[in-house]
Amino acid sequence: MVSVTTPDGFNLDDSGKRVVVDPICRIEGHLRIEVNLDENNIIRNAVSSGTMWRGLEVILQGRDPRDAWAFTERICGVCTGVHALQSVRAVEDALGIEIPTNANHIRNLMMLAQHIHDHVVHFYHLHALDWVDVVSALSADPKATSELQQSISPWPKSSPGYFSDVQNRLKKFVESGQLGIFANAYWGSPAYKLPPEANLMATTHYLEALDFQKEIVKIHTIFGGRNPHPNWVVGGMPCSINIEDAGAVGAVNMAWLNIVSDLIDQTIDFVDQVYVPDLKAIASFYKDWNYGGGLSSKNVLSYGEFPAYANNHTNASLMMPAGAILNGDLSTVHDVDVRDPEQVQEFVVHSWYEYPDEAVGLHPWDGITDPRYGLGPNAKGTRTNIEQLDEGGKYSWLKAPRWRGNAMEVGPLSRYLIAYARGKEDIKEQVDRTLAEMDLPLEALFSTLGRTAARGLESSWQAHKMREVYDEMMANIKRGDVATANMEKFDPSTWETDVKGVGFGEAPRGALGHWVHIKDTKIENYQCVVPTTWNASPRDPAGNIGAYEASLLDTPMVNADQPLEILRTVHSFDPCLACSTHVISHEGEELTTIKIR
Amino acid sequence: MKTIDSIPADGNPDAYETLILGIGNVLWADEGFGIRAVGTLNERYEFPDNVRVMDGGTQGIFLLPWVRAAKALLIFDAVDFNLEPGTLKLIEGDDVPRFMGVKKMSMHQAGFQEVLSTAELSGDLPGRIALIGVQPELLDDYGGSLRDSVRQQVEPAVQMAVNVLTAWGIDVAETSDNAALVGPSALDIDKYEQGRPDFGGTTP
Repeated sequence: MVSVTTPDGFNLDDSGKRVVVDPICRIEGHLRIEVNLDENNIIRNAVSSGTMWRGLEVILQGRDPRDAWAFTERICGVCTGVHALQSVRAVEDALGIEIPTNANHIRNLMMLAQHIHDHVVHFYHLHALDWVDVVSALSADPKATSELQQSISPWPKSSPGYFSDVQNRLKKFVESGQLGIFANAYWGSPAYKLPPEANLMATTHYLEALDFQKEIVKIHTIFGGRNPHPNWVVGGMPCSINIEDAGAVGAVNMAWLNIVSDLIDQTIDFVDQVYVPDLKAIASFYKDWNYGGGLSSKNVLSYGEFPAYANNHTNASLMMPAGAILNGDLSTVHDVDVRDPEQVQEFVVHSWYEYPDEAVGLHPWDGITDPRYGLGPNAKGTRTNIEQLDEGGKYSWLKAPRWRGNAMEVGPLSRYLIAYARGKEDIKEQVDRTLAEMDLPLEALFSTLGRTAARGLESSWQAHKMREVYDEMMANIKRGDVATANMEKFDPSTWETDVKGVGFGEAPRGALGHWVHIKDTKIENYQCVVPTTWNASPRDPAGNIGAYEASLLDTPMVNADQPLEILRTVHSFDPCLACSTHVISHEGEELTTIKIR
Repeated sequence: MKTIDSIPADGNPDAYETLILGIGNVLWADEGFGIRAVGTLNERYEFPDNVRVMDGGTQGIFLLPWVRAAKALLIFDAVDFNLEPGTLKLIEGDDVPRFMGVKKMSMHQAGFQEVLSTAELSGDLPGRIALIGVQPELLDDYGGSLRDSVRQQVEPAVQMAVNVLTAWGIDVAETSDNAALVGPSALDIDKYEQGRPDFGGTTP
């Protein structure tokens, strides 16, 4: 290759100097990005590689399918609940188990809480530092910061004294010399555009988000019995409900339900008065930085989530709809069938796995995870110390999932585009209003900031949905229905001998599916296709590039030694590469190597 | 039976003063040390109600609410000390964050150093911190369990923890009837090891 156009319409040119960023910091897991820059430091080729093996078959085959959720909870550091949910759904689907209404409501509350928690942590603790210069916050005027805060939100924590206190705390922390959480950023880079006051406001909210996090975990504790790693069960939820005074010990009682209600109110306040106003304030300084769109203006996919009615995962029930958009045609939203062998398929021609015929993709029910590690002929370095990958050969531990042969972007922006194109009123109104307030066209969404903004808008939508779901659940309980689990088919003797099932929905980062094949009451095959596999996917046999790769193209870098722009765009996807490696030096610093060739 | 991990009435991290935290990933061989050690400690001993024994998995920054609420924090983890496999070490006080940052596999590593750093920034770093670390022998065996050199250190690590907690003035009582688990029963070490599929060797 020197210069090619991919089938999905991207121009790649690898003739310029190569920059390697490994690992990408402030993400879960281990990701390597390589790009080629032209003479103007504009990215003209991008390569995304997941650098650690993962294969669920090697841990799940032969095990009891009712236990699979506990294992899948451990494949990821943060999205434990979403894996557990898709796992129990897959087994319920295979065995024909219907869950009670309350179980559906509780699962929705657990998922909504997890999404919002994840979105807030991602924004403030992993992504904000790509836009916010913490060191600049030290020179902010607390009084002007207070005025800025009061001009954008009714949030009560806004006095000059409050910001002055935070600034002093921050000063002490930075002066202590151990930057810790604030290491691995490029303070003072001209790529940072916020004035010191906006930096101080956002950094203050970084700290407030920590307090918010402390509250919202209680929802998982109340319904899941523990945090971290709440409990799940095939057939419903493993908690009982008793709203009478003399309730059984350990049951979810009225006091706990009232706590949940208060937590929902706090969540709505924090998201609407802190998170969303911060996003708008930050975005207003980066309107010119409209890079990073990649696949979002072409191909997006969502499996849909939050079924309003138990056991109904069609668009008639899903509060966040499912669908696929191809070639940017928002007038046609295609229906998605995760059981159809022609739709979701995984390819391995550029992945460190082997198929009997690598020209074809395999549907997850027929998935094979047979590792074969080796570098392409043009790679530099050795097998254990790679200096440069060869994207013409195998170059990632991630498979390449495709929908009807197309590379797709997944995540909050994809969900929002599909909901918008499907004409979902609440989301359409929210998007149009926000764009009008910011004086931006719809096309502005197809960008790194669009992805980040969609996550924030979705958090607000989700917070208000929690209130609706809670109210419906309480009405159902008060009608006398306290069932939370259906254990009729829990006993394996009631199962058919050879069945397949799929659990599908949306994790915070995008479309997530678990496909299970159960034979003689044991797991015969188990495949997960996770959101980051869609987004961080390598190339496929047709030459289509993945969402990360596409999103980095045509972005100018201010300074090739400081890959701030790469971090920004990759972080906007909220990457999560499960079971991965971080390389840390003996001094405790993360060794992100940036090599330029 | 003790109800470790069942929530207190308010479901509140603030209900606990002491956090005994096992971190790591049971799916990656010796990476599971922290979880296995905390599970054994919980099985063998009883603690006052304000002590939380927790399987923290690889939750990283998501453990922060619990760490911030704690006044005393005891961590079990597999740590790369650059020593013989199975070497057990007790690290205390200011040295802990430094050792949490030593080169090793798995994402919770960097995550946990950040957790301590963030707790400090928010003014909520526990006053007492200790780390009981073991040098792992093998990490990249997906679906595997503890190697013998590390497995043999689970019991000494638990004894070390009892000594630390006693020195901190916490009541530690032996029990023989504690059936509560810190994690789901499907991940119980016997069940986990016996159910492993036979793929003929370790993963790549």
